Formats: sequence, C-alpha cells, structure tokens
Amino acid sequence: MTAAAATQTPGRRSRALILPAGLRRCVVPLALLVLWQASVGFGWISTRSIPSPSQILTAFWDLTVSGELAVHLLVSLGRVSAGLAIGVSAGTVCALIAGLSRRGEDALDALLQMLRTLPHLALVPLFILWFGIGETPKIALVALGTAFPIYLNLFAGIRTVDAKVVEAVSTLGLTRRELIAQVILPGALPAFLTGLRYALGVAWLSLVVGEQINASSGIGYLAMTAREFLRTDVIIVALIVYAILGLLADLIVRLIERRALVWRPAFIKE
Amino acid sequence: MSHALSPIPVSPYTTGKPVVSVRGLVRNFGNGNVLDGLSLDLQPGTFTALLGRSGCGKSTLLRTLAKLDPAPEGDVQLPEERAVVFQEPRLVPWMRVLRNVTLGLRHPDAEVRGLAALAEVGLSHRARAWPLTLSGGEAQRAALARALVREPRLLLLDEPFAALDALTRMRMQGLVETLWRTHAPAILLVTHDVDEALLLADRAVVMADGKIAADIPIPLARPRRHGDPGFIALRSRLLAELGVDEEHLAAREPQRIDAKGTDTRAAGAKPGSYGLPAGAAAAPSL
Repeated sequence: MTAAAATQTPGRRSRALILPAGLRRCVVPLALLVLWQASVGFGWISTRSIPSPSQILTAFWDLTVSGELAVHLLVSLGRVSAGLAIGVSAGTVCALIAGLSRRGEDALDALLQMLRTLPHLALVPLFILWFGIGETPKIALVALGTAFPIYLNLFAGIRTVDAKVVEAVSTLGLTRRELIAQVILPGALPAFLTGLRYALGVAWLSLVVGEQINASSGIGYLAMTAREFLRTDVIIVALIVYAILGLLADLIVRLIERRALVWRPAFIKE
Repeated sequence: MSHALSPIPVSPYTTGKPVVSVRGLVRNFGNGNVLDGLSLDLQPGTFTALLGRSGCGKSTLLRTLAKLDPAPEGDVQLPEERAVVFQEPRLVPWMRVLRNVTLGLRHPDAEVRGLAALAEVGLSHRARAWPLTLSGGEAQRAALARALVREPRLLLLDEPFAALDALTRMRMQGLVETLWRTHAPAILLVTHDVDEALLLADRAVVMADGKIAADIPIPLARPRRHGDPGFIALRSRLLAELGVDEEHLAAREPQRIDAKGTDTRAAGAKPGSYGLPAGAAAAPSL
C-alpha cells in the first residue's frame, strides 16, 4: 500500500462520521429524489408516466387547499371505521363463543376455518350483486376481511392462556365471570392486538379494492377519476395517502400495545 | 406489623374434630386405581408431610383436597378456607403483585390485608412490581402471601420449594415454619425430600399404591438440625419406608451433611431424587 493511500483512508472515514446515522440512511433516497426530479425536468421521462416530485407536491397542496382531499379522506376513513367496527365486533364475538365453550367451538370453528381460506376480495362480484354499488359492499368487504384475523388470533389467544395460572386462580374463589374478565381475556389481549394489526392492514387493502367499485367519493375514487384525466400526480397523491393511513394505523396499535402490555418484560423499564 | 391476620385460636397439637377427613377415597384414571380406598385425617393446626415415590398418587390426593379434580368416589370432608401453593408460583403476569395477592378476596379491606401478608413474607417493597420481574424466591413468597391472606384452615403445599436454589429453599422453609406457627393452619406438604419433611412436619405420611403405607409421628423439638440423633433415626426409618437402602446409599454418598449440619446438596435438586445428589439418584431403583 502506498503512503498516499494510507493517509487518504482515515480522512475519508472521518468525513463519513460527520453525518449522523439517521441522516446517512436518507442519502440514497434523497439522491434518487433529486435524480427523479431532474429526469422529469430534462424530459427524459414523460409526465404521463410519472410526474416529478415537485408536481406531486403541488397536486398534494392543491387538493389540500381546495378541501377535496379532506372530503375524500373523511369518506374513506368513515368506510374503514364502519367496516372495522363490524368486522372486529363479529370476529371478537365469534372468538369468545368458540374460545370459551366447547359447544361454541363445535358450532363455529369448523365453519370459520373453512371460510377463512376464501380470498375475501374474490367476493367483489358477488357483493355487487347482493348489495349493489353503494356504500354497503365497500363496508362489507372491509368487515369480512377484518373479522378473520381477529377471530383466529383471539381464539388462539383464549385457548393458550397458561392453564396452570388459570388452575391456580380457580382455587382463589373467583366466579366464572370474574375468571374470564380478569384472567382469561387479559391473557388473550396480546393475541388480540396482533390480530388487530393484521386486521388494519387487511382493512386498507379491502378499501382500495372496494373504492374502485363505482365509487363517487373516497381516496380510491380520487385515484380512479384521476386516471381518466391522465393525472398521474393525483394518483400518486392517493397512493401516498393510503401509505400514511396504514402507517398511522400501525402506530396506533403499537401505542395501545405499549399501554396495555406494560407487564411484559420487553416493556418494563427498570 | 401484620395484625390484620389473626392467628387461629387452636393449639397446633390438639386432637379433636379433624379439619380434613377422607374416607375410602378412590380415583381411577383408566388403568388401575391411583387412589385405592385411601383414608386420612388432618387435625387443625398440624403440619403433615406427604411422601412417596413418583406415581404413588400423592399429587392426585393433593389435587383432590384442593378440589382441582372432579368429585371423587368416597367421603371427603374439607374446610371452606383452603389455599394451595404449587411448585411454580403461578402468579397472573398482568396483575401487580399486590393485586395477585388480593385476587378473589371479598373483604372491604382486601388491600390492607394483602399488604400485611406481603409484609409477613418480606415482600412489601415489591407490592407494585410486575410478577415477571420477580426472582424465583420472591415469586414463590408472593404465592405464599396469596395463600396466607385467605386465612386458610387447610394450606396445601405441592412441592413448593423444589424449583428453588438450595439457599433460597432453606430460607423459604424457615419462612413457612414461622408462618405456620403464627397462623396455625393445618398444612399438608407434598415433598420428595425426606430432610425437608423432618425439618418442618409433625407427622410424615408415606403413600404407596394409592393408600397410606406408613404414618409416622415426628416428635422432634424445634428448631431441628440435620445432625441430631433423633433426626438421623427418623431419617433412616422414613427412607426405609420409602424403600431406600440406606447402607447402600451411605457407601456412595458419605459426606452429604457437613459437621455444622449445613445442607451441602447441590442447587436445584430434581424432584424424584429424594434430595440425593444427581449421581446417586438413579442408584436405589427409585
């Protein structure tokens, strides 16, 4: 190795250390963004295929200022909330019935295990025939998609609560209702929250598909109409909104977990 | 500091109406009777150790007395105030230690009683802790407090020290003895450890083939020491009842107890070993 190379190496290393770790991870995405902007600016890529980042930002701004985005966002959120409320409730009720009684399991589990193998998005044509093209099929799609992850996880959670702990607690004179409310259900909560996180992911996916069924509002509608006017910038804004909503939902479940599962060693700070 | 828990006004050595009365108890798990016409009385406030080889039915008897198994054949009279401590602490992980102790208590001053019980087992400072942060000994003391706070007339202990290291086990044995003297419940201690039985109990009951094979009083003065002549004599007798050839043992394991009477057993002796070191455990066809 030559002397010149030897002296150069430490210099380069120290320069890399100036950037903190978090910033260093942003270097490549930022460079790509600049490259993207330049490619569109110099006309190497047609704006009909993909608009420049600045055009997307402008579209985002215009949609926000005009209030259009907020309106569609609210409609989409309304659908997801309604679907989730129905799906999570149904999944929870079924899991409680099947999880807490042998007879309930006999009645429900086989049926639900069969139904869950069906890809629920494949039911869209059937749902249009059953429910028409209004709000119902969209909400039903979200509800159906979210019920299964909740059912499967909560059922397994109830059944895997530590039998030895339950046995010990049963010597303490609790009623069955107290035992379920204070021991079995809290014990199944971690599994429920895992199910909820899956359910939220499925909910957005179902919404994307559902809102492409003849919708007249919602984020999906925004994207579909933008396609007709070749507004790729608006389509990408819609995609970004979906991504942010998904991230937020995940964040909320994480916060709930942090609060509800404080007793777990992973969350205990001592 | 723990006056909320009043001792039961019965002398530990009274004989009279038994607190537990079992007559002709039969339990069958398909292939033969696990309990085969077993009869047993426990007097109020007495400390009884239940010994026997693995599979002799002593766990089944304890589970029957704890009402953990479905109603058996035979006549079983039990007090309402019962409590069980298992080999594992079996605390509810998502309830703080104090809540675990007071779980199921219907008194209006349950918290005060719970804190008093925790103070008695020396765990006041952990009342607000989560169970999964406790050490093995601490968790077992919490389980003991959970049993104690119910002021049981019958306390069932299912090998409660088997999973603890040797030092913690000795401390826990002392604690159980103190608590028994203070509160005077009838205690039934299931154990594999002959020395443990001789340290703590007034009476050793040996089970074999689903029946009581021997019922041996332990009239030793307390505090008891491993080296006392009475202790050694009873130890031989109990080992003989359990079918252990002691001379055979002695040849293999000459220095189990040192001069000061301190237990030199390795930490974490396995159940089934009768407190013998791991190497000797397999020898006398246990």
